[in-house]
Amino acid sequence: MKGIGVSPGISIGNACIIYKAAIFISGIRVETKEEKDVEAEKFDKAVLSAIEEVNFLREKNALTLNSEESDILDTQIEFLSDPQIRSDVLDKILNENKTASDAVIEVVFAAAQMFGNMEDVYLKTRAADLQDIGNRILNALNHNAQHLPAQFKKNTIIIAEDLSPSETIALDITKVAGFATISGGKTSHAAIIAKARGIPAVVACGKDLLNIENNDIIILDGTSGDVIIRPGDNKIEEYKRKQKKIIEELSFLKALKDLPAKTTDGHTVKMLANISGHTDLEQVFENGGEGVGLFRTELLFIGRESFPSEEEQFQFYKQVAIKSKGKPVIVRTIDIGGDKQLPYFGIPHENNPFLGYRAIRICLNQKDIFLTQLRSILRASVFGNLKIMFPMVSSIDEIRSAKECVQQAKEDLLKSGINFRDDTEIGIMIEVPSAALMADIFAKEVDFFSIGTNDLCQYTLAVDRMNEKVSGLYDHFNPGLLRLIKNVIAQAHKHKINAGLCGEMASDPLATLLLLGMGLDELSMGAASIPYIKNIIIGNSLSKARDVCSNVMKMDNSGTIKRYLEEVSK
Amino acid sequence: MILKDYLIIDPHGMHARPATALLRLARQFKSEFSLKKDGNKIQMKSMLNILSLALKCGDTISVIIEGDDESQAVAAFDNFFNEEMKKF
Repeated sequence: MKGIGVSPGISIGNACIIYKAAIFISGIRVETKEEKDVEAEKFDKAVLSAIEEVNFLREKNALTLNSEESDILDTQIEFLSDPQIRSDVLDKILNENKTASDAVIEVVFAAAQMFGNMEDVYLKTRAADLQDIGNRILNALNHNAQHLPAQFKKNTIIIAEDLSPSETIALDITKVAGFATISGGKTSHAAIIAKARGIPAVVACGKDLLNIENNDIIILDGTSGDVIIRPGDNKIEEYKRKQKKIIEELSFLKALKDLPAKTTDGHTVKMLANISGHTDLEQVFENGGEGVGLFRTELLFIGRESFPSEEEQFQFYKQVAIKSKGKPVIVRTIDIGGDKQLPYFGIPHENNPFLGYRAIRICLNQKDIFLTQLRSILRASVFGNLKIMFPMVSSIDEIRSAKECVQQAKEDLLKSGINFRDDTEIGIMIEVPSAALMADIFAKEVDFFSIGTNDLCQYTLAVDRMNEKVSGLYDHFNPGLLRLIKNVIAQAHKHKINAGLCGEMASDPLATLLLLGMGLDELSMGAASIPYIKNIIIGNSLSKARDVCSNVMKMDNSGTIKRYLEEVSK
Repeated sequence: MILKDYLIIDPHGMHARPATALLRLARQFKSEFSLKKDGNKIQMKSMLNILSLALKCGDTISVIIEGDDESQAVAAFDNFFNEEMKKF
């Protein structure tokens, strides 16, 4: 079976399947008093074991749970031991002749639906908690149902439809050796997480993945995209050899850790990493990262029930500032909306979320949210070298308003006598075509640019990168996109500001020479990719890269460009 | 029996966290508790029931307490609705 390899490397391990179990009402009737008693008893036992499971989850993660997460678990226990739910379920068993699992589905999911229909956004989201406890009880009732272990065994390969951002926080993936998903693409969440952790991942494997059963031995090749189910001994041996070779190669690459990414003719490029929290930093430095080009702050906002307080945010940024030991860290302000929704935020359904209410647009409209974040970043700025970056900017008015907000946050802090670094640099993401075209003017307003190629590509080519029918058109070697990128870098340099790039393109080895030739100052990527890209830069010269770039800019289609780049990268 | 009205002062209304705290508070007493809003009366034993009243900030809720320790219970409830609710 073959999918798209999105995070390189080879893993051999045991499958663990995470499906959302199909829930259906069996319609079986229990007639006799004895049968009914058995069902009632089954229900009570299932509830007890579900409560145990939640308690186990809490104890297991006692040290890492934040107060919101621990509240969610408390709420789940209250729901599980809810006398109203119990009496409704027993009533259905004893008086309506339903089985325990049918009764649970009817009672719990009806309650979930009732909450789901409520106007209050907070209560609406409780529907998910009810569904969750419903699933837990059903799991306990039916041992064949899919069951998510609280902790994975070593060498687990996760098999899933796709993984949402909030699902990935719920999973303890420290022991996970790889991911394979039925759907998804290069930029889906499973891919990003796998890359950041340096474990192999293959996405878009299709329905064939359903043939896998729990604990099947799986070989995952995150480079070629191959997924081999129940391999024979010969295959396992073959892949163990390949695995060994990759590890050897990697240890050679990691030896480059302390060398700068300097071309043979003396030009250096800064190698930065994309992170989501301070725990990612260790890997950044292990791989020779020289700082953080993109600190996504969304992790702080997702998987909880309300906005984090200023103090909580301050601690989150402060941790990163301290652990980055004076290296630059570009903090991107909230980039929610689009594919990253927050239930408590209550953004109504949009037909075009990527063209809708997201990122800086939310921040400038709901300034209290924005100011809280800016104040906490500024407070943390004294502990390191933080820079602030605004996402999704499309006009100069947005830059000016956002800068006014920074000024206001500074004044608030001054009034309260709280320290901050007044020289904190301010930059913008270039990810909307209008911003790329206005680079000459925007460059006068900010201290740096960072090109977000994922969104810039999808907006420029009008391709939804999540829509599998058109995802083939999503291509960062499209000459139209390349022209925009080149313009942004040229304008940045003309106005003497730094230009970086923090999309997937930064970790694409095929693009490295081209980007080097365009004159990029910084590349920011998943930490595990840094040694590979650095190795390319060290082995080439700037003058060759410039030739490559000028040749590519004359080509009229991405097929030719890719073939040419493959040729010159050999 | 004691019947007392309280104002919901938490800006987020009666959400899961205060509801959990309220359930746990009630369990410390022998008295029976119920809540009444707009003619809906519920036994205060169930999280589901409390949340389904959809109490928002500014709503008034009647608490009915019945039992041997009702006077101690009402003191604890005064403290809960007037002080603790600010802290969630």
